[in-house]
Amino acid sequence: MGEFKVHRVRFFDYMPCAISAMAFHRHSERLAVARADGAVEVFCFADNYFQEKVIPGQDGRAVEALCWVGQRLFSAGLNGEITEYDLENLRPRYTVEAYGGPIWTISSNSQGTLLAVGCDDGTVKMFEILEERIQFQRNLDRQKGRIISLSWHPSGTLIAAGMMDMIRIFDAETGHATHRLLVERGVGASKSKEVVVWSIVFLSDHTIISGDSAGKVQIWDGFTGTLVRTHLVTKWDVLALSVSQDESSLVAGTSEGTVVQFQFLSSTVDQQDKEWIRTRTFKNHSHDVRALVHTDTAVVSGGMDTQLVVRPLLDKVEKKTQESALRKIAFPHRNLVCCAKKAGLLLFQFPDHLEVWRVGESDGHGKPGDSLLVKRKPEKLIQLKTKGEDHICCSALSPCGGWLAYSTVSSVRLYRLQYNNNISITKVSRLPKELRWAHQLCFSSDSSKLFASSTHSTVIVVALNQLECKYLQTLKPKSGSRQPVHLLFASEDGKWLASANTDCEVHVYNLQKLKLHCTVPVYNSCPTAVAINPATSNLVVAHADQQIFEYSLVQKEYTEWSRKLQKQGLHSLWLERDTLITNITFNPKNPAHIILHDMFMFCIVDQSLPLPEAKAILYNQMTLRSLPEPERIRHSHAFKICKNFQHLLCVTLLEDHSLVVVERPLLEIMSQLPAPVRQKKFAT
Amino acid sequence: MVEHGDIRVVHRGGSKINFREPVITSDSRFLLCASGECVKVFSSSTEECIHDLRGHTDLVTGVLLKPSNHLQVYSCSADGTVRLWDFTDGILIKTYVIGYPIYSIHASAKHEGVIFVVTATVSDKRTESFQLVAVHLPQSGDQLVEARELSAVLSNVSSNPAAIDFGRGGEYIASASGLLLEVFFFKKQKAYRFSLKEDNKKGGKNTFMCISCHPKDDCIATGHEDGKIRLWRNFNHQKEYTYTTLHWHHNAVSSLCFTPEGTNLLSGGIESVLVQWRYNQESQKDFLPRLGAAITHISVSPDGELFCTSHSDNKITIIQSCVKVSAVIQGLVKGENVKTDLMVDPRSKSLVLNGKPGHLQFYSLQRDKLLYNLDIVQQEFIHELGLQQFEVVNAAFDASGSWLATVEERKQKDTELELNLKLWAFDEQTQSFVLNTTISAPHEDRITDMCLCHADESQTTVLVSTSKDGHFKAWQLAAAAHTEADEGPSWMCDFVGAYHSMVPQCCCFSADGSLLAVSFQEVVTVWSPASWELLTTLSQPPGAIRNLCFGRLSCSKYLLGTTANNLLCCWNLLTCSLEWSTSMDVSLLLADPISENMAAFCCQAGATDLFLFKPSEPRPLFSQKAVCSGKVTRAVFAPREEMLESCEESSQWLNRSQLYFLTQYMDLMTFTTKAEEDRLMAASKQLVIDDTVAMTPFYLLLGKHRQHENQVTPSDPSAEREPLPQGSVAIKELLQTPAHVLPSTSFLCSMFVRSLLISVTDTSAESKPAEEEMESEKEEEDSEGEMETSSSRPTQQTSVGVGVTESADSPALTKAQVRELRRVRKLDHSWITGLLDP
Repeated sequence: MGEFKVHRVRFFDYMPCAISAMAFHRHSERLAVARADGAVEVFCFADNYFQEKVIPGQDGRAVEALCWVGQRLFSAGLNGEITEYDLENLRPRYTVEAYGGPIWTISSNSQGTLLAVGCDDGTVKMFEILEERIQFQRNLDRQKGRIISLSWHPSGTLIAAGMMDMIRIFDAETGHATHRLLVERGVGASKSKEVVVWSIVFLSDHTIISGDSAGKVQIWDGFTGTLVRTHLVTKWDVLALSVSQDESSLVAGTSEGTVVQFQFLSSTVDQQDKEWIRTRTFKNHSHDVRALVHTDTAVVSGGMDTQLVVRPLLDKVEKKTQESALRKIAFPHRNLVCCAKKAGLLLFQFPDHLEVWRVGESDGHGKPGDSLLVKRKPEKLIQLKTKGEDHICCSALSPCGGWLAYSTVSSVRLYRLQYNNNISITKVSRLPKELRWAHQLCFSSDSSKLFASSTHSTVIVVALNQLECKYLQTLKPKSGSRQPVHLLFASEDGKWLASANTDCEVHVYNLQKLKLHCTVPVYNSCPTAVAINPATSNLVVAHADQQIFEYSLVQKEYTEWSRKLQKQGLHSLWLERDTLITNITFNPKNPAHIILHDMFMFCIVDQSLPLPEAKAILYNQMTLRSLPEPERIRHSHAFKICKNFQHLLCVTLLEDHSLVVVERPLLEIMSQLPAPVRQKKFAT
Repeated sequence: MVEHGDIRVVHRGGSKINFREPVITSDSRFLLCASGECVKVFSSSTEECIHDLRGHTDLVTGVLLKPSNHLQVYSCSADGTVRLWDFTDGILIKTYVIGYPIYSIHASAKHEGVIFVVTATVSDKRTESFQLVAVHLPQSGDQLVEARELSAVLSNVSSNPAAIDFGRGGEYIASASGLLLEVFFFKKQKAYRFSLKEDNKKGGKNTFMCISCHPKDDCIATGHEDGKIRLWRNFNHQKEYTYTTLHWHHNAVSSLCFTPEGTNLLSGGIESVLVQWRYNQESQKDFLPRLGAAITHISVSPDGELFCTSHSDNKITIIQSCVKVSAVIQGLVKGENVKTDLMVDPRSKSLVLNGKPGHLQFYSLQRDKLLYNLDIVQQEFIHELGLQQFEVVNAAFDASGSWLATVEERKQKDTELELNLKLWAFDEQTQSFVLNTTISAPHEDRITDMCLCHADESQTTVLVSTSKDGHFKAWQLAAAAHTEADEGPSWMCDFVGAYHSMVPQCCCFSADGSLLAVSFQEVVTVWSPASWELLTTLSQPPGAIRNLCFGRLSCSKYLLGTTANNLLCCWNLLTCSLEWSTSMDVSLLLADPISENMAAFCCQAGATDLFLFKPSEPRPLFSQKAVCSGKVTRAVFAPREEMLESCEESSQWLNRSQLYFLTQYMDLMTFTTKAEEDRLMAASKQLVIDDTVAMTPFYLLLGKHRQHENQVTPSDPSAEREPLPQGSVAIKELLQTPAHVLPSTSFLCSMFVRSLLISVTDTSAESKPAEEEMESEKEEEDSEGEMETSSSRPTQQTSVGVGVTESADSPALTKAQVRELRRVRKLDHSWITGLLDP
């Protein structure tokens, strides 16, 4: 495996934002997740829960509700605006002011023609969904008190609205309220407090299910407006409800972090009279469960503790498969860390600022496993706040450390850094007009060029020198894909540029000729990391389904090793890992070594060693150490996995062959969260 | 060795009443529970045991109301039979012989003529596995029926009856064992299996403990080792089954029960709290705390009015509608071990041993009832794991039962030993023991043995205690001279003895109290309690003395001792020499206080053998190998209330007293002879014969009443005459008649009181009613004549014969009574039999 001096970096205070809303597009199996900072992420469940798209947030734009209408994604927030997103360019397409105060909820009818929003002033506003925009249609009868939650009846004729202390049912055609269901307040001290109907579900059999701040899940008859059953679920609030598509199962998320499942079951086996019965309780969160989605096979929940949890329902999936494993998605599936290999600098990307750090130094020599004395402490060189209210969507630091670039949805900024006695940062004022915004930024290895991906998977090449920066070329793929590029990699020898987009295409451009060199055969899973081995000019691609390919750029075909790997297949334990490879680097000392990492481990793939057999132990570093030298060779295989460092954000090699490991332990994230609601624990 | 086929080891008295779930009858008046080899019928309102259903020859392992007849009950036993009883009258109706030991019994109304029993799987002997077997009960009129039509339903079930239950009136049966829940649908003949993981991530243990099916809905409640209750639904899908988890108990749920309407679920466990969950409103629950001990079983009466919980301290609590404890039936309390010896209280003839923590219990063996608990420690018992409490470790009675000495100790660390010696005097007025003297720290170390002696000549009682500190002390009752006058006499130390600074192990007074033997390791010293001088020493090295015992009556010149080196020695005290010795590993040596007999329990190869001998005779009177497995360390001879008249040599020792012993599993066992058993069986069989008579009393009493109206009024005092009420046949008849066939109490009251009156016989007065009686008798005969059949005649004749012999037994029976009885016997009531027969 080799020995490395490791910079164990723990000073990246990355703090993910709380999840505030979710919406699931059943047809394409895409989940849209809104976070408290206004960012919207799209996860593709069909492709191993890969985080395909991230639309950066904005100061003061808290998304309260999300809604898919066909392929279009709408959001509404407490700023009173409805926003439609451009999912191809990863930016808001337009916003419409609803003029009803803060918007709490948004919901479209099943036909996809109308959008209803619930406003703080007590109105339910209907918007007509047009081809390119939405248009205000009318208000339903105005109520006293805010509209917190909305749910359409599947027929589209009725709409139920959860309010303070009550639920209203409106006729969607006339706009008049037809029923008024009074929700009981909590007992005890909360008697004087208004009860908030946080979430409501209107089922096709005219059953209405509500979750409220008194901790109740109530089942109402929508025809008569009478209460059928009350389930007291928690002492705190029931914040979210979600029903499965066949309306046989319902989940409720509470402030205690639990998700309670209800099932529509018949009391005796052969009979048809069914009722909603509380069945399972899942506890995968430490804080409020703010958003819930009941997919066909799983319950997806998210909340204050920032993790997205996919809890498969074991009665819907095959047991002991990859699908039946619980998944927690804590880190983004893209790099927030950029490493200047030559200068030993690290760039950390936060939503609204950037930090540049210099790694520490030590001169000691020690045995493997020792921690060395730090001679020079790591040092924060620059903290750069963004201008404007838009958040950063991507950033890059040049390998020499002399250039820093970042992009928001509205602009790209480029800075020149100089490290003399004191650090100076100067903004490059005149950027070419082609460089308006970028999905990904990347510097060439000699820091002479900046690559920025733009619309329709194009890459803009800008030449940099001391005085000016000059637009050189726009590289276009032949496929004409409209999807954004989410990965860019410039090879260290300066010859190649690889770009990957969410259509799963990987294009390789020849930088000397500044034209498309080849397109790697399209695999059906999205690439999560690409890199080009400078020694062999082989492109290594890791995909969301954990497959690894090696493609020879010279021969324009998969390499022998890659074919062998595909033929033999990857080890089952490798395929069962639930976090994705987010970064690939190479060891210049040994070109046969590929260094990969995911959240829980990093792995050195030694291409010269045989691949592990299906029955071999994959994690065999400890057993190898105990074996005598001659046997060790016999037992060793290509995948050498190290789990010493946990919750990795980045693993990369510096030019002096020391390894930089950026860790962010989840416990530290947990400790920075606000205190959860108080719960009585037994024997405390 | 001589085989004694007619002497058996049986459970009698003090058996567990919490072994299996009790059954409440459908009218909620009786409570039936398995207890040793019989089924006990308790009254649910008065806590009194009404009668025993005797007949099984091994442990009864299940009691179950017959689903098709709520007046009959099945019981199953490890002797391989299922018996059907009429529990109101205590009549054995039928015996079904299955042939294999049965561990539990189940039945449902839907499966008529079929019962389900759990037996051991025959195939492999090594691993204990059990199967559920359906037994088709043959329709036959015989008393003893062999049921051979067996069909296996489920294999690998649990032997615990709480782990099997019928659902929805017998549509399916659910069984849980280990981590597997199995549901078998009878109609579809299809089984579904659901398994849980052994441990979940949080360390909960998922093993199933008990099960209960909802009576109407398809919902199965299971209790688990980690205290969770799961409510399973949709279990007719192998995959889409689902369950709800309820969690209140912090330790294993030992029992679960749905109420008959299915509105509530009851659960209990070690917390000794009965929890009532509302079905479908599980967040609302009610608690009935402080039930005294861990709940082992819960059952509900068929009308849902009464709940009944069994507890680990051999107690059954009857609870009215989950709020009020209405009755407590307490059996013999058995703790982890008995620190005190088994003793017999000379006054009440009750068995005395450790009961509740810090208490001594007085248990009547004859009535099989806990008489009372005596609080020795008189401190609050705190339930906490690892907390050291005061424990009663030693107790002794004097021969008359007027003094009781107890020792309690608490050991917190090795150095701190707290000891209290308490002496209790029997108070005639309150009929209980009253604390007389408390001596704290009577010795410096643990007290090993203690005995009380009533010395005849001085009329004082001496207590001798031996301790590990190397001394033995004699305590005597002395008038408190220097304290206030109002205090009575208290106990003081009279003498401290030691012998070569060796540690005394045991002490023993001779029967007349003139000699005291104290063993110091391998030396036995004999002292005179009158002068406290050392008379002689006896020794038989090597090996420390374990037990010491003086012979009684004709053998009082002998002193017996057992040593740690497997030697039983007998010294002659007249010659001060060893009379005989034999090599055997005696774990317990015991003298019968009212005969010369001595019992020695020997532990050999994991089982205990019993030898019964007279010190003067070389040959043992009786010996039995493998009385029970494990070591017997506690036993006692309890005197009988009435003597047995057995002439067989081997069983003569059982004539005057009974030998009780505790096995290592804390079962109280005793020896019984065939004759005694037959007598007991006859007592219950007699009821079977009475069965034909039992139809009549209603008629009898009505007729009697009519008779009284025209007969007794003129000559009231002469009607009945008897010296003692219990001798009266009429009262016997009245008391033996099942309550449900009696007329109202007000109706009977005057008659009953009258029968108790003692009157002077007047011959003239007697003759007159006799004539009248004759007339009425004729009338009766006329009216009943056409109903009589010739076949019933002989039986009537025999029953009359019985009546005559009975009257011969009780000499107080007057002529008039005999006549009346005869008349009553003649009446034919076979028509009632016809009506009552199902």
